Amino acid sequence: MPDQTFLDSTELVLNMGPQHPSTHGVLRVVLKLDGEKVLGADCVIGYLHRGVEKIGENRTYQQFAPYVDRMDYCAAVSNGLGYCLAVEKLLNVEAPPRAQAVRVVLTELNRIASHLIWLGTHALDIGAITPLFYVMREREEILNIFEKYCGARLTTHAFRIGGLQYETYDGLEQDVKAACEHVLPKIDEYERLLTGNRIWVGRLTNVGILDEADCKQYGVTGPMLRAAGVKWDLRKAQPYSGYQQYDFEIPTGTHGDTYDRYLVRMEEMRQSVRIIRQAVEKIPEGPIMAKIPKVIKPPVGEAYVSIEAPKGELGYFIVSDGSTQPYRLRVRPPSFVNLQSLDKMTRGALVADVVAIIGTIDIVLGEVDR
Amino acid sequence: MPEEDKPEVKPAQTAPPAAAKPPAAKPAPKPPAVMAVSPWEGDLPGLLKQRFPDQVSECSTYLGQSFVVAAPEAVIPILELLRREADFDYLVDITAVDYPQRPERFDLVYILYSFARNERIRVKTRIADGYKPPTAASEHLTANWLEREVFDMFGIEFAGHPDMRRILLPEDWEGYPLRKDKSIIDCDNKWIEEHLGIEGGQ
Repeated sequence: MPDQTFLDSTELVLNMGPQHPSTHGVLRVVLKLDGEKVLGADCVIGYLHRGVEKIGENRTYQQFAPYVDRMDYCAAVSNGLGYCLAVEKLLNVEAPPRAQAVRVVLTELNRIASHLIWLGTHALDIGAITPLFYVMREREEILNIFEKYCGARLTTHAFRIGGLQYETYDGLEQDVKAACEHVLPKIDEYERLLTGNRIWVGRLTNVGILDEADCKQYGVTGPMLRAAGVKWDLRKAQPYSGYQQYDFEIPTGTHGDTYDRYLVRMEEMRQSVRIIRQAVEKIPEGPIMAKIPKVIKPPVGEAYVSIEAPKGELGYFIVSDGSTQPYRLRVRPPSFVNLQSLDKMTRGALVADVVAIIGTIDIVLGEVDR
Repeated sequence: MPEEDKPEVKPAQTAPPAAAKPPAAKPAPKPPAVMAVSPWEGDLPGLLKQRFPDQVSECSTYLGQSFVVAAPEAVIPILELLRREADFDYLVDITAVDYPQRPERFDLVYILYSFARNERIRVKTRIADGYKPPTAASEHLTANWLEREVFDMFGIEFAGHPDMRRILLPEDWEGYPLRKDKSIIDCDNKWIEEHLGIEGGQ
């Protein structure tokens, strides 16, 4: 007879996912528990792995562009922008000003849409069901603009290497302004529902604290880094696509807890509205495509280009051997890197907090697994 | 759309004479096989060359992005030095590139960023198949998963890594998908033969 049975041990291993609704897709977390207390969390990922990087090596530069939309499908426009900028860097060309302004408008609209999805699902995880229906209503306005512009709502493939494929439709400006007009008061409405709500505050404050030093150690970027008090945003630090022309603030938090991350993302939506309003006011006239050869063959070389995606720093590292296909295409996914901090954030927390913390990282498994 | 059409018209008109030429023009586009780099200006290359005179072989810039090429054993000391003395406190990414025809088969690439300097650099090294580079996880915790992914995709094992397992692929997956000799079509055909009992169609 063994000296010790599993009943004597206080440690319990609990599997969360991959079909758990609060894990936002197919994330499996193996939790080590002592009663309700979490001793450690081990993420099992890869259920959605499609080999995007390998596909990239087997497609031409243009053929690969629609694939990037399928990584972070909540922010397909951002993915497309990063990829186009990376290839443009290799070709050493820049999109014309008109294309850049339209890109900013659509990317920022997409940031709002992505944050809205995060807000709805995060609130749902905590137990507030109503916001999910509200955010879908506002997101609809934004998706309608995407649909009118390029025909697709989710995986838009809105941009092309060198600029845009489509000229804007008549009335884009009015639609965008109307959407801004519509969304801005709604953000206040969500805040009235949640910000001062006792349950919301109780469930989020001091949960999943990640301070500045931890963020840098784990390579965490985006709203999570800003919530820890670091005023860093790639749109300001290394502006691309003409972001330096627009006036906006970088919201930051102080504690780096889940509540701060909520506040930072809410403020980011307001700042996005601010950027969109400035950009749509002065979309310059002119061509929408730079002079790009029909067959894209970047010179031999390599480049790393990253943008501030809604989730954090999204980077593309492309090695060209001078042929029509990338020799190596590496995607630096923000969700993947941010998710690594889950173990650190959940230690000592309760099982219910794990749900809140997964929600606050804002992962999209399509991007984590690629 | 009209802007789009313009460049298309030109090649279409010049196509017939171009089609006649190829036999003569074909051997020409061979030479550009190296990156057109320029030397890296600034204080960092000097510091690196002074501290690692034998290990740092190149400090260059391409398209405004700086990188240093170093011997594999010097990479971790360089990351350490850059973090302690030049504020490169954020390890953005670790990845590899496979060149099967080379004796040192892999390029290992570390991308670093400094918040204080707002500067991004790359540290590159060449390693042979089977060489176990030391882990960067002691210096940057984020290296844990990034190195696991490199191991998963390329089969490069990192010495001293706390948890060297596959991360995205299942444990029983054979081979390393991002190596150039692993072909998608072979994988497909193998799967079809095994599971459907018919010959692969591609």
